[in-house]
Amino acid sequence: MNLIQEPLAFELSSPGLVGCALPASDVPAAELPAGLARESLALPELDELTVVRHFTRLSQKNYSIDTNFYPLGSCTMKYNPKANEAAASAAGWRGAHPLAGDALTQGSLELICRLQASLAEIGGFAAVSLQPAAGAHGEFSGVLMIRDYLRAKGQTQRTTILIPDSAHGTNPASCTMAGFVTKTIPSGRDGNIDLKALAEALDDTVAGIMITNPNTVGLFERHITKIARMVHEAGGLVYGDGANMNALTGVFKPGKSGIDVMHFNLHKTFSTPHGGGGPGAGMVGAVKELAPYLPGPIAVRKGGKYALAMPEKSIGKVKAFYGNFGVLVRAYAYLRMEGADGLRRIAENSVLNANYLRARLEKAYPLKYKKGCMHEFVAMGDIAPGIHTLDIAKRLIDYGFHPPTIYFPLIVPEALMIEPTETEGKRQLDAFADALLAIAEEARTKPELLHAAPSTTPVGRLDEVAAARCPVLCYRG
Amino acid sequence: MSIDANAKYAASHEYARLEGGIVVVGISDHAQAELGDIVFVELPAVGKTIAAGKTFGTVESVKAASDLYMPVSGTIVAVNESLQGDPALVNREPHAGGWMLKVQPSSLAEMDALMSAADYAKTVGEA
Repeated sequence: MNLIQEPLAFELSSPGLVGCALPASDVPAAELPAGLARESLALPELDELTVVRHFTRLSQKNYSIDTNFYPLGSCTMKYNPKANEAAASAAGWRGAHPLAGDALTQGSLELICRLQASLAEIGGFAAVSLQPAAGAHGEFSGVLMIRDYLRAKGQTQRTTILIPDSAHGTNPASCTMAGFVTKTIPSGRDGNIDLKALAEALDDTVAGIMITNPNTVGLFERHITKIARMVHEAGGLVYGDGANMNALTGVFKPGKSGIDVMHFNLHKTFSTPHGGGGPGAGMVGAVKELAPYLPGPIAVRKGGKYALAMPEKSIGKVKAFYGNFGVLVRAYAYLRMEGADGLRRIAENSVLNANYLRARLEKAYPLKYKKGCMHEFVAMGDIAPGIHTLDIAKRLIDYGFHPPTIYFPLIVPEALMIEPTETEGKRQLDAFADALLAIAEEARTKPELLHAAPSTTPVGRLDEVAAARCPVLCYRG
Repeated sequence: MSIDANAKYAASHEYARLEGGIVVVGISDHAQAELGDIVFVELPAVGKTIAAGKTFGTVESVKAASDLYMPVSGTIVAVNESLQGDPALVNREPHAGGWMLKVQPSSLAEMDALMSAADYAKTVGEA
């Protein structure tokens, strides 16, 4: 870690320095209208080498999956093979223009068509749309599909969507944006949906339920088929949040378990690096009855050629052109490389790795739900007097690890949510477990080390409260 | 942990205190301690009528954002504007300067459905 704090570009500025030398103007100067010209503009004045060094040094402070382990729960920060990057960068894909028309983009359309079919197979769905650009975008699209389907059936009184308290935080927002009201369904003591509470909530105002499976405490919703049956019998639909699909690929087909509409995060499960705000892809799959409502266009094959078409009762376009095409190329390359056997191993190893860490850590870091987990688990960080999860997370930085997700999900106090993914080997998992166990020992014997952490970074413990209450968003020279 | 003996409490940790026919609403000392440092409070417009059990706003701490629920049905007659500039008032004095709403209750009988201070103390393990 480079401990030297990098100055702001503004602080490196020297009056008169420029990064390029323009030739003398050979056209008459035009005067700006009065009032538009500014005498001074507080932009940094820098030469090219200073700019290159500044940004290179900043990039060296980055933490990424290419530099170290990134056990961020619920985020599936796995390693994405570089071959997929190479595929996405190939000139043919990169240079294709979205307005070129079907005749000149047959290769791109074929890739979209094949990827749709592969993902429909993996999910057990009748059809798939690759339009949505992110997970929550996929949720929103799916909820709109449910809304339009119910409207077509004259079921306009169905205005409530049920959301378990172990669901992803974006679910209520997606429902609200689509005009629904949400109702929370509590988890039972075993961390699964409380079936009694679900039964009580089901009536003819319920449009459906949104289920994250495995849920955010890393447990498989064991009664998924029963839950789907209960909701269907009450006239509602079942939405599946596939953000945790990494635990299920090649093992479990959500579309065959009673889920009607679902999104997968291609940028998590299917090999696009993420965490920097995009681009992503949140494909939506649907069973036969809902498939006509998918967002479009989707790629179809007709008479040996590929074309774009809108599904019959489509909710419409949710994204310009074909969705985020580069993400689709990576996903397709990844699927071809892994094959059916490889997909199954992804799920198996992600679950194995999480359970290995859970077993090594559960004595030092208690679990709220003491049973086998899927691809992630949620421990609790208040392991010694005066020690909180935040202190554990900050101390992990000193050991060279990205902290896990903390204080989420809300149903576990002092949550420490760990998702190792399948791409880490035993040596790396052990190094991480050793670090957390060493920190647990420090929490008892040298708590001041945790309270002062991190101490090996260019800036130490940041004042998160002040940053949230009084953010300073502009540099003032 | 302090509990206001003059207030009644909802299971979702809001308190309701009757003051001359108006109900003052906020969150309990236990709730603010669990949330940690509060950085933002979103409150409804004055004049709005909200039913008991429905959300009236959100409270955001460094840990989480949580919905706030009406302990009794009624019309909002005042909101605590000081919380905009100083949300930490909820941490420092949840029962006094950190109040959130003043509500003209639809029916005072709804107060009877809330927990007494003593019962609430038991549910949060303070008694």
